[in-house]
Amino acid sequence: MSHKVDTSGAEDWFCGKCGVSLESAKVEVSYMGSKYPVELPRCPRCGIVFVPEQLALGKMAQIEQLLEDK
Amino acid sequence: MDQQELRRLENLCIQEWAPWCTAVCPVHVDVRGMTAAIAQGNFQAAAQALIRSVPFPGIISHVCDHPCESMCKRREIGEPIAIRALERSVLAYASPEEPRRPVIPKKDQSVAIVGAGLSGLTAAFDLARKGYRVIVFEATDRLGGSLWHHLEDSLPRSVMNDDFDALKKSPIEVRLSTHVNVVTSIPDLQQDFGAVYVGTGRAPLQSLGGEKIQPDFSAVDAATFETGRAGVFAGGSAVYRSAHHSPITSISHGRRAAISIDRFLQKVSLTASRENEGSYETRLFTSTEGIEHLQRVPMSDPARGYSSDEAREEAARCIQCECMECVKICEYLDHFKGYPKKYVRQIYNNLSIVMGQRHGNKFINSCSLCGLCKEVCPHNLHMGEVCKAARNIMVRQGKMPPSAHDFALRDMEFSNGDKAVLSRHQPGTTSSAYVFFPGCQLSGSSPDNVKRTYEYLRDRLDGGVGLMLRCCGAPADWAGREASFAQVMDDCRTEWQGMGSPRLIVACSSCYALFKAYLPEARPVSLWEIFDQQGLPRTDPSLRQGVLAIHDPCTSRHEARIHESVRNIVRSLGPEIAELPLSRDRTECCGFGGLMYFANRKLAEKVIERRVGETSLDLLAYCAVCCDHFRSQGKPSRHLLDLIFGDVKTRDTLAKAPDYSQKRENRVRLKSAFLVELWSEKGVEPEQSQRIKLHVTDKVRELMQERMILVEDLQQVVQWAENTGNKLVQKNTGRFLAHYRPGTVTYWVEYSADENGFTIHNTYSHRMEVLEVLKP
Repeated sequence: MSHKVDTSGAEDWFCGKCGVSLESAKVEVSYMGSKYPVELPRCPRCGIVFVPEQLALGKMAQIEQLLEDK
Repeated sequence: MDQQELRRLENLCIQEWAPWCTAVCPVHVDVRGMTAAIAQGNFQAAAQALIRSVPFPGIISHVCDHPCESMCKRREIGEPIAIRALERSVLAYASPEEPRRPVIPKKDQSVAIVGAGLSGLTAAFDLARKGYRVIVFEATDRLGGSLWHHLEDSLPRSVMNDDFDALKKSPIEVRLSTHVNVVTSIPDLQQDFGAVYVGTGRAPLQSLGGEKIQPDFSAVDAATFETGRAGVFAGGSAVYRSAHHSPITSISHGRRAAISIDRFLQKVSLTASRENEGSYETRLFTSTEGIEHLQRVPMSDPARGYSSDEAREEAARCIQCECMECVKICEYLDHFKGYPKKYVRQIYNNLSIVMGQRHGNKFINSCSLCGLCKEVCPHNLHMGEVCKAARNIMVRQGKMPPSAHDFALRDMEFSNGDKAVLSRHQPGTTSSAYVFFPGCQLSGSSPDNVKRTYEYLRDRLDGGVGLMLRCCGAPADWAGREASFAQVMDDCRTEWQGMGSPRLIVACSSCYALFKAYLPEARPVSLWEIFDQQGLPRTDPSLRQGVLAIHDPCTSRHEARIHESVRNIVRSLGPEIAELPLSRDRTECCGFGGLMYFANRKLAEKVIERRVGETSLDLLAYCAVCCDHFRSQGKPSRHLLDLIFGDVKTRDTLAKAPDYSQKRENRVRLKSAFLVELWSEKGVEPEQSQRIKLHVTDKVRELMQERMILVEDLQQVVQWAENTGNKLVQKNTGRFLAHYRPGTVTYWVEYSADENGFTIHNTYSHRMEVLEVLKP
């Protein structure tokens, strides 16, 4: 099961290359040798992923810290 | 760090040692806790503190010989605290309850107590609480022994009765008017009792035949109270035999003999772990500096003792003895709410974790390693050395959190990379008697000062002054990266040897400290000593007035010659010098040392705030980072080179320091300028991505500084997005959002195209990698 995260604001963006809206998709993230599945907005055609600022500086940073201290 | 080293370090920190009053008290009353509670008006808590250690508090608060008062630290700054009088007030204004103790099952062994004085009754009380059957044999018809020698005025009988009433609640059998001849009857008693305690006081004992006999207690063991006869113990005034009766010593003897009797009956060691049971000498250190001199609070009615208000006032005079010398002067040690003894244990535990969260990482990485703690510690404990050793171990174990030092280490790599390093003999020469090493921070922060200084040195010194632009490796050393640091130092050595081993002139005190330790053959000399010896350049004297507070960098702590040279320079330039309370070998760190600024930015900002708050005067620093840090909080500060070359106008003392990107750019430009202007060589060519023109607002610049993102990071992202088309578009604004991961960090940039480049609207980063599969 993948983790649900706050990706609000994703609907404001579309893929510049493919011109299509982003869709929520299961993506893997990895740090310090650990991998987790996460639901993130992604272009259904080319696969470019969107990580919103609040996610990068919030939840992601927290998990980075936890993994670094493990 | 092994267990032995942990113990050694723990032993250096004396914060947990008892204050003098408690250490000298034979039963170790927590006087400090008691006075703290009284001062807050909490007499109930104060009473609990008292009765925890004293079985007969009413009696003791009247007749204790109070050795505590003679050892009270307050004596140095006024009169000792009136501890006994406060104990009386505690009992007058609180109704102490016997602390709840676990119910101990009755034991089938019994103990005979001979003599119902304070020591015998204490032994009886303690042994009954441990579950033994206790019988007290008293020759007279009352309890208390020699207490009856006190006059009613000094020890009211009601107080004695109240205290002894408490005994009635415990299952002690008292046989009054029952004479036991301790010389002849002990063997008989031992038939019926597992152990015997003799606390018969000083009065000679009457034998059955009417002949007075004084038993010999000289062989009683001072620690265990064993007599020469197994199972027979003795204590109290018969044993301690000082000129004056000491009620508190009697209680202590009874208590400690009870411990021995319990151990004897349980058949365990009588001597193990019994350090500091009676009076002992504490190792605590408490400074009384700056504490107001105060005399004892008088009693409005000496017969009744202190009123509750008077008691609170008197208790508030207690200075709550503790050491905390290092914690008082260090923002970092204070921030983590402990003291070194606790901290070294936390570090040890952190290093020993095999699985699980390492909660001590942040603590270990936040220290500036400045060593001020050692300077003020009564036992020279250097937390910086402990933290530094821990960092080395963490790196070796592969357990160092990468985010703590990554940015600083990459900055070091940059400073030692092709774009920034330079080694040359003085133009027009082929050998160097000296080589100037300005250091990466001065080069980044103030390249003009590097140019002017190099010009000055070429002008003043004979034999050729070469130039070496690079970083000394301090970031790697501070980060615990031993191998990386050794490599940087090796490179420095090789370069230096390549120049013919000239004498090293060093501007930065961190470089100086490291070269002195790891490249002593280069005979490093501080730039400030050179200025002091060679004389100063002529500059406009109008810029050199006023009073300046000198901040010595923490890495110069033990360099008295540098301190002196700097002061000589300032004096000859004109300004008056105001010494900060913490300067020279007691100077503070500016928040950069040990990479604190990268590992714990918030704490570093508090450190800077503390330092700049110590004077209302302008600061004078001779380390580029110190100066930049002080200015970052709006403190007017000058670098000594600004003063020497004399072209800093008043407003410039507040000029914002270059940000990380500008510092890198400055290093590259400095190298370029030197190559072109002095050696007529080609300057440094920018990378392809660096040709991309970005417009970055001040607001975004601040964000970049806070988030440790460089202009070249942005350029790489934009270049990648524009070359590949991999970017998102915002529906209503048409702005782009792109990301790129050149190494271990993913950078995100929100931007739009403008007339001759790109405007940056926002940027952020994360270290976690998104495993993105891009299809063409």
